Amino acid sequence: MGLELGIIKIKDVQFGEETVIKDGTLYVNKEELIALALQDDRLSAADVELARPGEKVRIIPVKDVIEPRVKVSGSGEIFPGVVGKMGTVGSGRTNVLRGTALATVGQIVGFQEGFIDMTGPGAQYSPFSEINIVALILHPIDRLAPHAHEEAVRLAGLRVAAYLGKAGKDIAPDELEVYELSPVSDTTLPRVAYVYTLLSEGLLHDTYLYGADAKKLLPTLVHPNEVMDGAIVSGNCVSACDKHTTYHHLNNPVIKELYRRHGKDLNFIGVVTSNLNVTLADKERSSEYASKLVKLIGAEGAIVTEEGFGNPDTDLMMLCKKIEEYGIRTVLITDEYAGRDGGSQSLADAVPQADAVVSVGNANEVITLPAMKRIIGDLKPAEVIAGGFVGSVTAGGGLNIEIQGIMGATCQLGFGKLTARGY
Amino acid sequence: MAEKKYRVVHYLNQFFAQIGGEAKADIPPFTKEGVVGPGIPLQQALGEEGEIVATVVCGDDYFAENIETAAEKVAESVSPYKPDVFVAGPAFTAGRYGIACGASCAAVGKKLGIPAVTGMYEENPALDLYRKEVYIIPTANSVRGMKEAIPKMASFVRKLGLKQEIGLPQEEGYFPRGIRVNQFVSRTGAERAVDMLLAKLKGEPFQTEYSMPTFERVPPSPAISDLRSATIALVTSGGIVPLGNPDRIEAASASKFAEYNIAGVDNLTPDAYQTCHGGYDPTYANEDPDRVLPLDAMRALEKDGTIGKLYDRYYVTVGNATSVANAQAFGKAIAEKLKAAGVDGVILTST
Amino acid sequence: MHVATIVPISLTVGANRIVPAVAIPYPLGNPALPEDEEKELRLNLVKKALRALQTEVEKQTVFEK
Repeated sequence: MGLELGIIKIKDVQFGEETVIKDGTLYVNKEELIALALQDDRLSAADVELARPGEKVRIIPVKDVIEPRVKVSGSGEIFPGVVGKMGTVGSGRTNVLRGTALATVGQIVGFQEGFIDMTGPGAQYSPFSEINIVALILHPIDRLAPHAHEEAVRLAGLRVAAYLGKAGKDIAPDELEVYELSPVSDTTLPRVAYVYTLLSEGLLHDTYLYGADAKKLLPTLVHPNEVMDGAIVSGNCVSACDKHTTYHHLNNPVIKELYRRHGKDLNFIGVVTSNLNVTLADKERSSEYASKLVKLIGAEGAIVTEEGFGNPDTDLMMLCKKIEEYGIRTVLITDEYAGRDGGSQSLADAVPQADAVVSVGNANEVITLPAMKRIIGDLKPAEVIAGGFVGSVTAGGGLNIEIQGIMGATCQLGFGKLTARGY
Repeated sequence: MAEKKYRVVHYLNQFFAQIGGEAKADIPPFTKEGVVGPGIPLQQALGEEGEIVATVVCGDDYFAENIETAAEKVAESVSPYKPDVFVAGPAFTAGRYGIACGASCAAVGKKLGIPAVTGMYEENPALDLYRKEVYIIPTANSVRGMKEAIPKMASFVRKLGLKQEIGLPQEEGYFPRGIRVNQFVSRTGAERAVDMLLAKLKGEPFQTEYSMPTFERVPPSPAISDLRSATIALVTSGGIVPLGNPDRIEAASASKFAEYNIAGVDNLTPDAYQTCHGGYDPTYANEDPDRVLPLDAMRALEKDGTIGKLYDRYYVTVGNATSVANAQAFGKAIAEKLKAAGVDGVILTST
Repeated sequence: MHVATIVPISLTVGANRIVPAVAIPYPLGNPALPEDEEKELRLNLVKKALRALQTEVEKQTVFEK
């Protein structure tokens, strides 16, 4: 099951008569995108705005960020079982519009969305400040129930991102990346698995595997290439800093790094997905099942990533303990909630087996950000999003806010370069 | 003669200040100009750059019996000297002296904004109380370690005096304060994780980026032998408060707990009670607060004689991002009150 | 003793007598049940908690039944 990613480098986004890629610029026809979004009659209005790296722009509140991709060959379609046709993905060729993404904007919950600063001190905390953003601003019809609102926005974002991806179908890529888990002849290379936990705590906290709600799934095996074609999509709004956006899933850095070293100093044997549910019984069941799968596939070591914080820390610790009890060594990736002074206990749970932990930073760090010349969306929600507080919006439109509110600031897939050290 | 670059005030107890032993442990704080006792080798170690301009002295018993006021008084004594650094002890294993050093450093830091450092042995009970607020240098467990302690403390005083940046505990030689500070590094978390796993698998040394906290264990209390005559109290971290949250307990990072009288109350109803906890869906608790604080069930069991009495006060805080330090302080304070009231057992509910 | 839903956290932080609760937003309740059944559920949980208080324990103990 080999997959070729054809990387099309997008250096700019502009509005145009047609949605097309010319000389590295993605042109988008605004009306087309709006019409596509409004195919769902639960949405009353939509708009599109563009933001580029370095511009004095703040996008808020952001729900999801999605990288446009398209299947050129191989079975299935991007985001299979959701907006794409169902079919096993992860083989053949997929073209990727690298350097751009669709962001869904508009307030759903008011305390779970986040923001992106395209320049200034806040920019370095989000990978999205470095790419060209097509912001899709969506408004629901009156009195739309929260479940329906979330779904409408989620599907519109994926639908429009898939449409943008199609613009890359016949474009000759700038680079080709080949992903093949070729058999490893050197048996001394350690067999490493990746345990990929997906948040599944209910409304606005869900994730989907081939369109199936992760909270209803037992842990299962996934080929890493399937993830690259959008088999996993985000339906959650958990704190902006540590929710995995669909962009993060598509570009999972643990998968990327394990592939990079496959056959060189390790044998990447596979990916086990598991969920993060709200009852103790479910946490026990999933951690038992996932650790058993890791054992069954013959892993000697496993990397375990978390999504969210608080009670999911218990899942992370259960997985660590059970996998280690099988004699398989683990490394965990997690962020911390150590309080604004950095002095509080960072995780809600702990096991002595968790002796190898990568920290992607303290989400409670407060940061002061300047006002931006242009706001895409609405600045007011900054005071109610997780990480914000009364007074977060300063006179003049600056922000005094926890990095918890910045999209991707402490992504626990290990996407960024932030860490925390003990003083 | 080189100009003095920074001014220091030193704190000592009655023994090290050569006033006297236990008999003099009750003396209130007073100030001496210049150095005394261990201040002399400390000044020598500071050389020409730093000057210990005064020494504040206090009896260990006086301090221990009035920690807050004594610390304030010490800070007041320090203030007129306008030093750049405050240094206390070292206290080695002495518990009261350790508390006096820690509390003085904390007060000077908080009230005067002056950086402070002290030294003690790792088992000194004052270490855990003050390590987060105050730089504490590890010392040996007795005054025989003075010769090693002095240069270590002097070099730290110097760093503070010259306003140099204080690095990681393992680099600078102070007890880790347990404060997490964010930093950007050159490799992504994913890259660092794979590196760490390969090192772990090869049996090579690796450095975890976050060490699991160890939680204190307390021995279980003896069981209640006669429930029918026992007084049981209710405590909750679920934020159930009288309607309007009169004491303004915060929805997260609570800075306080509250005590409310429930004498004659049989049942918690939404017209009189609510939740103020911001970390869970409040709908159900607001519909019926007994779902979090089971007053109705306890009353029924009191009425039918299963328990002797439901204590007529309950205690509440909000367990949402509450710092461990605060939670411990609330727990201790609530336990003291319950014990004083003769309560035999507690049911603590959490959300 | 501690009535809490996420028992592992209660164990981690050192509670010695633990009774598992129903769910995070309603530890001693269940809005899905009719009122009288819910009251009975709560009464039984509290009785279990009182039994825990009457039980000698040497180490951390979770009272499941």
